Amino acid sequence: MKILVAVKRVVDYAVKVRVRPDRTGVETANVKMSMNPFCEIAVEEALRLREAGAAAEVVAATVGPAQSADTLRTALAMGADRAVHVLHDPDPARPLLPLAVAKILRAVALQEKPGLVILGKQAIDDDCNQTGQMLAGLLQWPQGTFASKVVLDKEKQKATVEREVDGGIETLCLDLPAVITTDLRLNQPRYATLPNIMKAKSKVIKKVTPEELSVDIRSDMEVIEVNEPPKRKAGVVLSSVDELLDKLKNEARVL
Amino acid sequence: MARRDAAAAVGRVLRRLGPLAAEPPTRGTPRTRYESADRAVSSCRRSHWLPGLQRPLCGPRADAGAYEGQRGASRACQVQRRAFGSAATATHIQRNPAYSELSSDDVSYFKSVLGETGVVLDADRVAVANVDWMGKYRGASQLLLLPKSTAEVSKILSYCNTRRLAVVPQGGNTGLVGGSVPVYDEVIVGLAGMDKIISFDNVNGILTCEAGCVLENLSTFVENEGFIMPLDLGAKGSCHIGGNISTNAGGLRFIRYGSLHGNVLGLEVVLADGTILDMLTTLRKDNTGYDLKHLFIGSEGSLGIVTKVSVLTPAKLPSTNVAFLSCNDYTSCQKLLLAARRSLGGILSAFEFMDHHCIDLAMRHLEGVQNPLPASPYKFYVLIETTGSDESYDKTKLEAFLLRSMEDGLVADGVIAQDISQASNFWRIREGISEASVKVGAVYKYDLSIPVEKLYDIVEEMRCRLGDSVEVLGYGHLGDGNLHLNILSSKYDDNTLAQIEPFVYEWTSKQRGSISAEHGLGLMKAEKIHYSKSPEAVQLMASIKKLLDPNSILNPYKVLPQSIL
Repeated sequence: MKILVAVKRVVDYAVKVRVRPDRTGVETANVKMSMNPFCEIAVEEALRLREAGAAAEVVAATVGPAQSADTLRTALAMGADRAVHVLHDPDPARPLLPLAVAKILRAVALQEKPGLVILGKQAIDDDCNQTGQMLAGLLQWPQGTFASKVVLDKEKQKATVEREVDGGIETLCLDLPAVITTDLRLNQPRYATLPNIMKAKSKVIKKVTPEELSVDIRSDMEVIEVNEPPKRKAGVVLSSVDELLDKLKNEARVL
Repeated sequence: MARRDAAAAVGRVLRRLGPLAAEPPTRGTPRTRYESADRAVSSCRRSHWLPGLQRPLCGPRADAGAYEGQRGASRACQVQRRAFGSAATATHIQRNPAYSELSSDDVSYFKSVLGETGVVLDADRVAVANVDWMGKYRGASQLLLLPKSTAEVSKILSYCNTRRLAVVPQGGNTGLVGGSVPVYDEVIVGLAGMDKIISFDNVNGILTCEAGCVLENLSTFVENEGFIMPLDLGAKGSCHIGGNISTNAGGLRFIRYGSLHGNVLGLEVVLADGTILDMLTTLRKDNTGYDLKHLFIGSEGSLGIVTKVSVLTPAKLPSTNVAFLSCNDYTSCQKLLLAARRSLGGILSAFEFMDHHCIDLAMRHLEGVQNPLPASPYKFYVLIETTGSDESYDKTKLEAFLLRSMEDGLVADGVIAQDISQASNFWRIREGISEASVKVGAVYKYDLSIPVEKLYDIVEEMRCRLGDSVEVLGYGHLGDGNLHLNILSSKYDDNTLAQIEPFVYEWTSKQRGSISAEHGLGLMKAEKIHYSKSPEAVQLMASIKKLLDPNSILNPYKVLPQSIL
């Protein structure tokens, strides 16, 4: 069985994002870019399933500009077997939306015929949390979203997925092929070791375009403006409890 | 939201905070080991009864808020001596009778200068300032002064000099050699209130600020302007730039940007008699007469109090790569250093080494830290950081170098950080060793400069000498020939100390090394200076001290041996 993992190149989450001066989006020039953390968890889970013998091959896929190949290299250095790079140069005014990404991934999945697709539950740049669900819908496959534990049964061709829901854990049983999106507590991703980085250099990254996959990625949504959140006002240090009470009563009017 | 969510829950968000910022563990908290069964005996043995003071003015039991200045002068105080460190020396050091004792008039004067908020008598707050962060050195000061300006510092010193009141300047109190806390009843002058950034020249990268600015705040500030501080160290969340300069702190960027002697462009210093010495220039080149600022860089507050600084900050480079490696033996670490200097050249920005004892310790005591190379235990670990201007170029260069080193057998295994949080995790291990070692109990810390080829010999010799009862750690800035030798034990005791000292100093002296590479001498090593400096040099230092501080009120009992002052 093959596992397809979708990964996305985003602004590193330790970087403080800044809005571009022309307000068309956030600044990405000269900013450290890394793999979306949820995608790292997805890669790790796929590798663990392969190492446990539940899968034979892990294929990483991404949609993005030429530099996204770095993110695929990271996935390969973690241990993925090969990669598919769907080239797409972003246009800040017309960002690639989850539906378009899901359509592209569907086309990739139809070519690769994986038994399981694993995605991060969302990317930390646009926080959409839609791609996995849309992909499952387009493929008409069952979905297990926000997985906190995944167990594969190779013989019965079923996946058992645990999800952390309010007040407890929900357990789902999915028939394969299926789509799973990862939550934070699923696993702790591994580091890329030197021997694996070396091996990754000779692994294949297949490049395709959306046109070659016959996917229409036109979007009917336009970003008009991106603004920073309003700055928080500085607090004041009060000298007495009475003053605090006074402010709560007369200024904040909460008492 | 998800950005933060991800960070917190995956547990990889550990930023490179200083030990105190990450967790304020030891400051001012009662140390239970001081309450051990043999305390009565040891405190008796080491007690000093001082005329004029009666009740313990510091320590856990001091009554909160009750200052009794009126009667204080006529009381006697049992000063609880520290249970370690300079135990050997402490018994020799007597309170210098030339110093006056604090009176209520003094307090009134300070209040008239600093106002009520600048004069701290509250026993709890003073107790915090009396103890160093390891809980190793404990003074008995009754008074903490918090000036807000150079003029106020000047008035304080001028008054103290006239009254012969001894003074301890204190920054972030993160020092490791007891230099930042009082020994007896010295007045503590804390610079925390002087934390303003005065100016930043964003063309030349010259920062001018007050001495009490916390290093991490300065770092954040200059980073927003596209620059970085020329120094970085584990304690950055608490330490002050004034303290960094007074102790000539080294730290993690030393290999790339060099010593503060090169990066400090100007200083404003208040001398013991209150004279304000304005050397606050921002010039790169200035050959007019003796360059006096260098006297104050690394003199540990014994010649004057640094109040303002101007520092040259290098440009912030956009691409940082960090690798965490393991080596099978110390020789490989050395060869790797040479190879890194040759292959990485200008982009090499850190070369840190740790033995496997350090890694074990960090894994045991630091929360959320994961060993990047858990597969098999190696003897040595090396952290390499490169900083440059081109991400893909630097990464290719680093990868190529590491793969070559691996083929040559210098590197046994290794990982390269794929994102900032992984890089932070690697740094967290290196920077957290100090914090982790304090959690074991007692730490005997030595900070030695030794020729690189001999650097690890002392660690092995110490291990043979001390046996299994203690844990001996060796780590440090290999690129700078700086070893941190830490000896961990469940509690401080004189027998262990006698096994270590003076052996470690004699050994270092034999190698023509330095007994203090970057921590300073403080109280711990004041009497040990002759292991690294000639009698003539020490004598000249004493003459300079006498010239600048004739009444010896500044940071007494520290830096230089008492006998020559």
